[in-house]
Amino acid sequence: MSTHVAERTEAAPRTDRAPLLKLTGIKKHFPLTRGIIFQKKIGAVHAVDGVDLEVYPGETLGLVGETGCGKSTLARVIMRLHESTEGTIQFEGRDITHLEGKELRALRRNMQMIFQDPYASLNPRKTVGAIIGEPFRLHGTVPKNRIRDEVKQIMQLVGLNPEHYNRYPHAFSGGQRQRIGFARALALRPKLIVCDEPVSALDVSIQAQILNLLEDIQEEFNLTYVFIAHDLSVVKHVSDRVAVMYLGKIVELAPGETLYKNPKHPYTGALMSAVPIADPDLATVKKRIILEGDVPSPINPPLGCRFHPRCPRAQLPICAEQEPQLLPQHPGQVAACHFPLEDRAVITEDIETPLHKAEDAPPDGQTAAKAPDPSQWEPGNAE
Amino acid sequence: MAEPLLEVKNLKVQFPTEDGVVKAVDGTSFSVAPGETLGVVGESFLTVMGLVTKREARISGEILFRGQDLLKLPPEDFREIRGAKISMIFQDPLTALNPVHRVGNQIAEVFQVHRKVSKKEAFDEAINLLQLVGIPEPAKRARRYPHEFSGGMRQRAMIAMALALSPDLIIADEPTTALDVTVQAQILDLIDQMKKEFDAAVILITHDLGVVAEHCDDIMVMYAGRMVEYGEARDIYYGAHHPYTWGLLQSIARMDQARTERLRPIKGQPPSLIHVPPGCPFNPRCPYVMDICRTEVPQLIPADGHHASACHLPLSEKERIVKEEVLVH
Repeated sequence: MSTHVAERTEAAPRTDRAPLLKLTGIKKHFPLTRGIIFQKKIGAVHAVDGVDLEVYPGETLGLVGETGCGKSTLARVIMRLHESTEGTIQFEGRDITHLEGKELRALRRNMQMIFQDPYASLNPRKTVGAIIGEPFRLHGTVPKNRIRDEVKQIMQLVGLNPEHYNRYPHAFSGGQRQRIGFARALALRPKLIVCDEPVSALDVSIQAQILNLLEDIQEEFNLTYVFIAHDLSVVKHVSDRVAVMYLGKIVELAPGETLYKNPKHPYTGALMSAVPIADPDLATVKKRIILEGDVPSPINPPLGCRFHPRCPRAQLPICAEQEPQLLPQHPGQVAACHFPLEDRAVITEDIETPLHKAEDAPPDGQTAAKAPDPSQWEPGNAE
Repeated sequence: MAEPLLEVKNLKVQFPTEDGVVKAVDGTSFSVAPGETLGVVGESFLTVMGLVTKREARISGEILFRGQDLLKLPPEDFREIRGAKISMIFQDPLTALNPVHRVGNQIAEVFQVHRKVSKKEAFDEAINLLQLVGIPEPAKRARRYPHEFSGGMRQRAMIAMALALSPDLIIADEPTTALDVTVQAQILDLIDQMKKEFDAAVILITHDLGVVAEHCDDIMVMYAGRMVEYGEARDIYYGAHHPYTWGLLQSIARMDQARTERLRPIKGQPPSLIHVPPGCPFNPRCPYVMDICRTEVPQLIPADGHHASACHLPLSEKERIVKEEVLVH
């Protein structure tokens, strides 16, 4: 297991290169107004509240967090679908925060998005060919008479049958529709694709098909992904680095493996411990960090550390007064917490033993395969 | 095994539609003992278990609850049992709760209908229940409407309602699919805890293999309306005998696995329940398909204990595949 970590940390943060995308102090506040004719602002939803983030070429950056933490808003700010309230966005070193018109359209060639709901994000009145071909028509990158061939080629690439060129979206299943959305995003050969919950509406076996497709295409075209999902297992699987968001801020950022084994922020720890693991033995011995209550309202986020009212480790007054900064922890890991968790706070080394065996032992030595007698499987003391 | 609380024998549920007959459940038998949690996993169309009362459905077989066949009962008696002895927690609490009634009143209604108590008493009972399921300030919250609750609180309210008459059996249909992981963990723990408190049995219907691993004693794997495998949690996770179960286990991304591992999805699409393939319903997607699979429907054959699977592969071959191909990550 440890070898994997070494490999990953070497391969994962490619910090030596210039970032493809750089966010500095990004804020997005949605005003709350009262009154019908004379609207006056009575407050704001702090959806994204000060995010600094760098995404490097060729990597997949995962973004996780609970409902309402601002991850989708952040995605839309990156895509320039929402205007940011404060902060700057740089793409390939160029400030794109306030691009408009022609320049913005030119930028969209390099940045595309895949949406969550494959049923709502495709126009039901257009054929698949027209949907995927639309970017070519808008941007004029391909002469009109060649669009059809080009579209068919992309359909082939994402695993759709090119003969279905003239079909309408309703004739496709959820997984196939997500392939259509992906083909459309891919059409202009962008450098960055923002995937907002691309698999959460799909059946498990279909999820795996789409995740593998995303991976293959990334290799082929050297794509960079910003991958948003609430399913931590999926995010960890696809991402080089994972950013954890809570109430509009990034509270921790680390390679997935580090995050799973040594989460530093108590919120990350709670998330990790809450993810159900599809392994009954591992599940029974996993330590749990249970959170009380619900996420506070982003209209008036708590002062100091935003997580302190729910945090099992919070110490007053410091956590309620001083906002913690993102500080380096393990290599490639930063976390914003005054009292970070110790190593192995959720998954201890010995819990991994049964798993380790399943991985490294020769096939015939696997007691796991038969599990004839449950008493042999006392958790924790397997051999 | 103790006397079963619920015993389902050769249940078939069919819905006639314009396009043909949907075989939602096609000859399934299983039983649940008191205090047990049975997990039901598979893709799509699992909700059927809750719909057994739908008038338009054609149902055959037996559903024995404490030895009494529910399908033969007159509707009034069945209604008496449903709600009081068997209750259900639905996937989406926002649609399951009535938006124009206060949460407390909706829970209180259960008592008024089944126990003939006064409105005031019923409301007080409702407040107690809200407290029990961990809603802060229950007296205040009972007077609120569902839209004023967060997703987790709504699901807690649903659980309170399901527990109102201390049922013997709770059917939870994807109870946490709409919730965040931290809330999901809270709700599942609550169901576990309530199960112990009321000594009830739970049928947990979900697509999440992680949830099943952590909370279920026995697991039933369904495919195209048929049970393809049944066993204790350990049988399923460490020694599954059906190619569909293998496919499910291999296609999920797992927290405890290194990222270098590629997912191995099941090829193809889930079948339509109107045109179920002849023979084994899984045969068009099965990597181990044989000639017999295309013509003959495999029967559920026990391997050891109550671990059973419906697959034509010989047992020794299944064990070899599990060892050499499935569990090797």
